Amino acid sequence: MKVIVPVKRVVDSNIKPLVKSDGSGIEINGVKMSMNPFDETAVEEAVQLKEKNIVTEIIVISIGEIKCQDILRTAMAMGADRGILVTTDQAVESLSVAKILKHFVEKEKPDFVLMGKQASDDDMNATGQILAAKLGWAQGTFISKLELSEGKAKVTREIDDGQEILELTLPAVLTTDLRLNEPRYASLPNIMKARKKPLETVALTDLGIDLKNSLEIVSIKEFSSSRESIIVDSVDALLDKLKNEAKVI
Amino acid sequence: MGEVAREQIEFDILIVGGGPSGLSAAIRLKQLVPSLDICLIEKGSEIGAHIVSGVIIEPTALDELIPDWRYKDAPLNTSVQHEAMFYLPNELKSINIPIIKSIMPQMNNAGNYIGSLGDFCRWLASEAEALGVQVFPGFAGSDLIVEQDQVMGVIVGDMGLEKDGSQGSSYVPGMELRAKYTLFAEGCRGSLSKKLMQRYNLRQGVDPQTYGIGVKELWEIPQSKFSAGYIQHSFGWPLDDKTYGGSWLYHFGNNFVSFGFVLGLDYENPWLSPFEEMQRVKTHPVIRKHLEGGRRIGYAARALSEGGYQSIPKLTFPGGLLIGDAAGFLNVPKIKGTHTSMKSGMIAAESIVEALNIKQKDPMIYQFRIRKSCVYDELYQVRNIRPAFAKFGTKIATLYTGLDSMVRGKFPWTFHHCLADNDKLKPASLCLKPDYPKPDDKLTFSRESSVFLTNIDHRDDQPVHLKLKNPAIWKTVNLDIFKAPETRYCPAGVYEVIDEHNEDQGPKLQINSQNCIHCKTCDIKDPTQNINWETPEGGSGPNYSGGM
Repeated sequence: MKVIVPVKRVVDSNIKPLVKSDGSGIEINGVKMSMNPFDETAVEEAVQLKEKNIVTEIIVISIGEIKCQDILRTAMAMGADRGILVTTDQAVESLSVAKILKHFVEKEKPDFVLMGKQASDDDMNATGQILAAKLGWAQGTFISKLELSEGKAKVTREIDDGQEILELTLPAVLTTDLRLNEPRYASLPNIMKARKKPLETVALTDLGIDLKNSLEIVSIKEFSSSRESIIVDSVDALLDKLKNEAKVI
Repeated sequence: MGEVAREQIEFDILIVGGGPSGLSAAIRLKQLVPSLDICLIEKGSEIGAHIVSGVIIEPTALDELIPDWRYKDAPLNTSVQHEAMFYLPNELKSINIPIIKSIMPQMNNAGNYIGSLGDFCRWLASEAEALGVQVFPGFAGSDLIVEQDQVMGVIVGDMGLEKDGSQGSSYVPGMELRAKYTLFAEGCRGSLSKKLMQRYNLRQGVDPQTYGIGVKELWEIPQSKFSAGYIQHSFGWPLDDKTYGGSWLYHFGNNFVSFGFVLGLDYENPWLSPFEEMQRVKTHPVIRKHLEGGRRIGYAARALSEGGYQSIPKLTFPGGLLIGDAAGFLNVPKIKGTHTSMKSGMIAAESIVEALNIKQKDPMIYQFRIRKSCVYDELYQVRNIRPAFAKFGTKIATLYTGLDSMVRGKFPWTFHHCLADNDKLKPASLCLKPDYPKPDDKLTFSRESSVFLTNIDHRDDQPVHLKLKNPAIWKTVNLDIFKAPETRYCPAGVYEVIDEHNEDQGPKLQINSQNCIHCKTCDIKDPTQNINWETPEGGSGPNYSGGM
């Protein structure tokens, strides 16, 4: 089976994001960037499936500035076979990403698309669903377990009141929960090998896809944590404050 | 755990550390012999992640290494425009010391650039990679490979070990990186450089190295207060006359101010806290007026070598050599080490090429070339200035600096660093406890909120990388005599005394190693050097962002 794994370059999860002083966005200049951790889980799962000889080829795709090559190389160091980078300087929203991915799905004809359920920067949680709708494919979202058999995918989904087990007919779009697996470290020899794996770069403008942003970011504000805290001396005092001051009970 | 079979990779040259000296060496090697297979490893998660400096860069070495750097987007965009030096007699007064260029040429910064050394290293790394150097961030050199008394390379650490040292589910054994020559560019107090100095007796016949700790904050200030290229330094308050140190404050980039404080680690009072001194000095009017109304966006700390000429160890051994601040090439009166680090890396590269040609095991030619170089000349000239501060105290040493500089260090004497920094501490009972003000969270801050800004990451369940060689000494020496100085000198709150009032067991030392920002101060200043700093899992530690 052939799988496409889309990956997004985001501010590293260890970085405390800094809002630009004019409120126009998050400062990313000189900030450590990494692969979205949800996508990392997807890459890991694909690699494990390849190690079990279920998957034969893993294609990773990213969209963004040329620097996104680094996460494609990381994915290839983990075990992906080849990478495609769609270069653009403009911000692309979920709908646009889905349209671009659809283009590559139609071209590469994978058996399924495996991707993070959301990106850790904007937490949209939409691209996988939109892609499935655009392709008319089955979708299995938030999966924490995946079993593949001829033409079928059995997935365990993390939902509010527990786990749901679904069987899907392939082709399908599957989006991963962090519980699916623990991504591996890329070893030094594998990083070296990854530098020699094929990486195709295409400009977004050359794809001929009509993209318009339908969302506008009005402003971004820092979370304010300046709440005052006090220590109360008894449970009764706490109940009294909750009742009479905060009026929440 | 038994010996693990390790995979091996062979290179021509291995460089340990992705700072200015290691990257310059890599670039120079590729310029000289493009076919060389060069590997550079860096313990930070990316190049620049662990780099801390002011920084003002004197571009001499860069001009030589990459002559067209101005056309290659080098991140050195702010040249020094105005400079001021203040002596602070107390918390309110300041005396502007005129910098007479003819007398103290080392203090003159015209033609130098202010920037972020982390950004500069990221740029150097991209130059190195463009030349074909294989750069691997996230891999820490954890041990030496020595065979028949020759350094054959280093082991990059295991990944995925559990707290008790057992192999976790994602365990990947470390590897042997082997090379004809290994260049150690670990910066001040490198953990492998320390092993090398012991193994090959590299410090025999030279003064002990003496160090400082630099604690830095990055601020973004209102446009109205910003003056690109303005730099100022201060000394005096809040330190007493016999404690060496001072502050820096540089306006650069887009409304950035690099502010920091260096404290000589030869201080005597175990109650001193470099972190709190740095916080306190900000309340002085000459500094406060620059920062008020701004926001603090970064925090960092790192030890630096201050011993200079007298403390330079033997630089070579079979299979390799030391470059940059791992050797200790910082020029203290100039407050600069980037250009000497870079230059030492370049000289090392040239020497290695010669040594390769004649198949010399010990690349001794490097030692010879360094002695003949401008690095040595400039360190020789200023050799007496830093020790004068230890000998005479700040006021007299300042006058001495003027005299010594006038004759360009040609006095016929050389002052020595007599004791290592850890031997300088006096018992806590004989020293005064400074009264540090509480942070106001606008201008002054707590350690906790500071460490938060370093984007620190150590995987929680990895083994502790800071170990006490003899745990019993902590109670009898550190606690009883010096009242746990590690809880104060550590700028990241790694060391904590717990169970202070537990009468059965007594107080204990808790090591919060996941807070460690890799400054190496504990490895230097612990009274009996009982604390040993080893590399944690590669990629761990702070993630200093652009501008730092």
